[in-house]
Amino acid sequence: MTTLTAKDKQTVKAFWAKVSGKSEDIGADAVARMLVVYPQTKIYFSHWPDQSPNSPAARKHGITVMMGVGDAVTKMDDLKEGLKELSQLHAFTLRVDPGNFKILSHNILVVMAVMFPTDFTPDVHVSLDKFLAAVSLALSEKYR
Amino acid sequence: MVNWTKTEKATITDIFSHLDYDDIGPKALSRCLIVYPWTQRYFSGFGNLYNAAAIIGNAKVAEHGIKVLHGLDLGLKKMDNIEAAYADLSSLHSEKLHVDPDNFKLLSDCITIVLAAKLGSAFTAETQATFQKFLGAVMSALGKQYH
Repeated sequence: MTTLTAKDKQTVKAFWAKVSGKSEDIGADAVARMLVVYPQTKIYFSHWPDQSPNSPAARKHGITVMMGVGDAVTKMDDLKEGLKELSQLHAFTLRVDPGNFKILSHNILVVMAVMFPTDFTPDVHVSLDKFLAAVSLALSEKYR
Repeated sequence: MVNWTKTEKATITDIFSHLDYDDIGPKALSRCLIVYPWTQRYFSGFGNLYNAAAIIGNAKVAEHGIKVLHGLDLGLKKMDNIEAAYADLSSLHSEKLHVDPDNFKLLSDCITIVLAAKLGSAFTAETQATFQKFLGAVMSALGKQYH
């Protein structure tokens, strides 16, 4: 289900080229929505003095996450290899339950719809959904 | 049974009072059939679903999308007992339509995304949370009569 076709890769790269200028805002909004719509995800951020969705820490985290997504776009021909350090980080240090990757991915898609309603067509949606699923799988690689 | 705050009820009422069913319905269903193509299994009588353009241009898909979206009105009118509101539709989806309840989430996510595209920044995180809570309640109710 996560094999990216040539069309998927092309579609994601083209869409990313259009939207990457706003990647900080995209990331910040996606993380903010995640914290509000799925409050259980806040458990991973108990070390933040301010866990509110628009706090500086939340925004900074959104930026970090989106930089990771942007990096994954450049490595999409071998995500397992390209994301292996990030996978180690998530597996051994952060220990984020992989179910949450789906949650954040969903919120990234919602933000794309909000910010780019005409560009985020169904064809772009399916390719981006597959790409984020492939990234999530690569991030889960080192867990066990 | 789901508990709703006054604010949540007001948010849901507000969303539906401005909802363009004829626009959102077709867009949500066609997006579902494109993004999750295995959901096409329920629509073998709909003709050409061969690619995204065909699905988007398909009149039966559009008509059905409007019908399905209006199905949410049942929950809107009976928010304090959504389970009762969907008892019959739940039996229908289980006994007659044989829809995998996991697929409810797929359509639900597409409705959310199409609504987000329509409302833009007005679709705040709080609005999203309330709307997804409502859809979650509807999905749970629709799954209740499966056995």
